Amino acid sequence: MRTLLETRLLPAIVVAVIVVILPYFFPSAYYFRVGALVFIFALAVVGLNLLMGFAGQVSLGHAGFLGIGAYSVVIGPVYFGLPSWLCVFVGATVSGAVAFLVGRPILRLKGHYLAVATLGFGLLVAIVLTNEAGWTGGPDGMSVPRLALFNWQVRGSDSWYWIAGATLVGGFVLALNLMESPTGRALQAIHDSEIAALVLGIDVARKKLTIFVISAMYASVAGSYLALFNGHVTPDIAGFLRSIELVAMVVLGGMGSIVGSLVGAAVLVVLPQALTIFHEYEQALLGFILMVFMIFLRRGIVPSVAATFAGRRK
Amino acid sequence: MIILQTDQLSIAFGGVRAIDGVNLAIESGQVYSIIGPNGSGKTTLFNLVSGIYTPDDGSIRLAGEAVTGLAPDQLARRGLSRTFQNLQIFSRMSVLENVMVGRHRHERTGIFADLFHWPSVARQNQATVEAARAALARVDLADSASRPAGSLAYGALKRLEIARALASEPTLLLLDEPAAGCNPVETEEIDGVIRSIVKDGITVVLVEHDMRLVMNISSRIHVLASGRTLTEGTPEQVRSNVAVVQAYLGIHGSQESNRAFH
Ligand SMILES: Nc1ncnc2c1ncn2[C@@H]1O[C@H](COP(=O)(O)OP(=O)(O)OP(=O)(O)O)[C@@H](O)[C@H]1O
Ligand SMILES: [Mg+2]
Repeated sequence: MRTLLETRLLPAIVVAVIVVILPYFFPSAYYFRVGALVFIFALAVVGLNLLMGFAGQVSLGHAGFLGIGAYSVVIGPVYFGLPSWLCVFVGATVSGAVAFLVGRPILRLKGHYLAVATLGFGLLVAIVLTNEAGWTGGPDGMSVPRLALFNWQVRGSDSWYWIAGATLVGGFVLALNLMESPTGRALQAIHDSEIAALVLGIDVARKKLTIFVISAMYASVAGSYLALFNGHVTPDIAGFLRSIELVAMVVLGGMGSIVGSLVGAAVLVVLPQALTIFHEYEQALLGFILMVFMIFLRRGIVPSVAATFAGRRK
Repeated sequence: MIILQTDQLSIAFGGVRAIDGVNLAIESGQVYSIIGPNGSGKTTLFNLVSGIYTPDDGSIRLAGEAVTGLAPDQLARRGLSRTFQNLQIFSRMSVLENVMVGRHRHERTGIFADLFHWPSVARQNQATVEAARAALARVDLADSASRPAGSLAYGALKRLEIARALASEPTLLLLDEPAAGCNPVETEEIDGVIRSIVKDGITVVLVEHDMRLVMNISSRIHVLASGRTLTEGTPEQVRSNVAVVQAYLGIHGSQESNRAFH
């Protein structure tokens, strides 16, 4: 039992250690910025991975929940005078509620049909954020009031590095707990055979809805952080490209691999920054590298590498 | 007690009347077999009884309770479990985890308990593992517990599905061709497993083409042909029924049907 507990949380412990150790190798403060971005995206990707890699339900509109989270920390403080930290929770609650309402009808769909329906949801959020200019500032977006915790004004990249890192570790712990629980087993079962899951007494529709809501809340918190960290937000945060980016991070890191979520986010955040030296070829090169990754590590980075090591050991 | 009863149960797909006015009355505590040529509606009958299909007509009672139209998960919580002719394995999970899913209806945790790994979840996991191991031992798969389910051979997968269904502690268990594709030794094992299940007081409804197994193990046999009941009775009565032999003659040829029935 003790060992079970330890192995369950091992990835979270590893990430905690990485978060703490990494800054010792940072040559400049700029790296805190990159690190914070990686952790924030990884948080959203962990949530999406629970839905996609774990329960087998695709979402091409998850950036919609990033958007809800992001605009919550603008609208709440600016129009209602709420503290930003509270709005992170309010945003997560709103995202969860929206996911519940949207998920009920669309999670009945499967495969490509679900993909298109979630895509539609993402577009809807982006359009509402663009058109409701009175609340959202329209296409130009709005500047985001700084996060204040008690008397501490959070501004530096290093502060955000620690906040995002700590939240990510928390997100890992919850995800890992879930994976080794009755709900987690039910979700994995749904991925492989809905009919067998049903016959064993699993309320498939409800379980799908539960994980959709949870993954929406992960994305929402990430969206709030992203907005607070950048200090400015535009409807692009909820855009189709962002949704695709999240999906790419899940698949690249490894479907169903919680550690893979961090790896996928890290590669897709760091690589574009590293490739800027190639100027106009940056995007093309990024695309090429992604293709090569998927051809040679077809199950995603973490599961493929793990399988190679397991094979060697034999 | 009659554990499963159907009254004029019917369903059609397009023009095909896959099940057409079938009445079942299955006493608890026995092996009740359903046989019939390919395409005669056996699997469809299971799909109706387990709530996967909703009947066009007729009704179903489970232990006296009207359950027509209930969803499969609701029926599972009332003690019905089944296996599948075309396997439905959770192939990404380990053998043990497959059977652990079978414990689902006995697990009492909420989503918050699961997310925060409350002590109740740890306790539950432990109890689930133990029950799942016991179920695996019953079908002689204890040694494969930690293997990926996808790596098992066909015969073992058939037994894995039985273990998974058993883990849910059903009162009524539907087995759809558990011995299909099994060699004689494996079939003998299945025979033993079914007998031990019945000894535990679980009623087994068996769909099976292996006539030796069916004749040996069943208390009663129900013969379907083209979705209709051909006859019903004890193995002796069914064996001596000319119509049954003829139903098989058209499909299997006389030699095979002779081997099957004598
Ligand atoms: N979902 C479905 N849609 C259309 N037709 C179906 C469906 N399910 C079953 N049928 C048809 O119903 C009839 C009975 O099929 P069923 O699978 O129940 O036969 P079976 O007795 O189990 O046969 P076998 O011994 O080959 O397993 C067949 O004609 C089949 O094509
Ligand atoms: Mg069949």
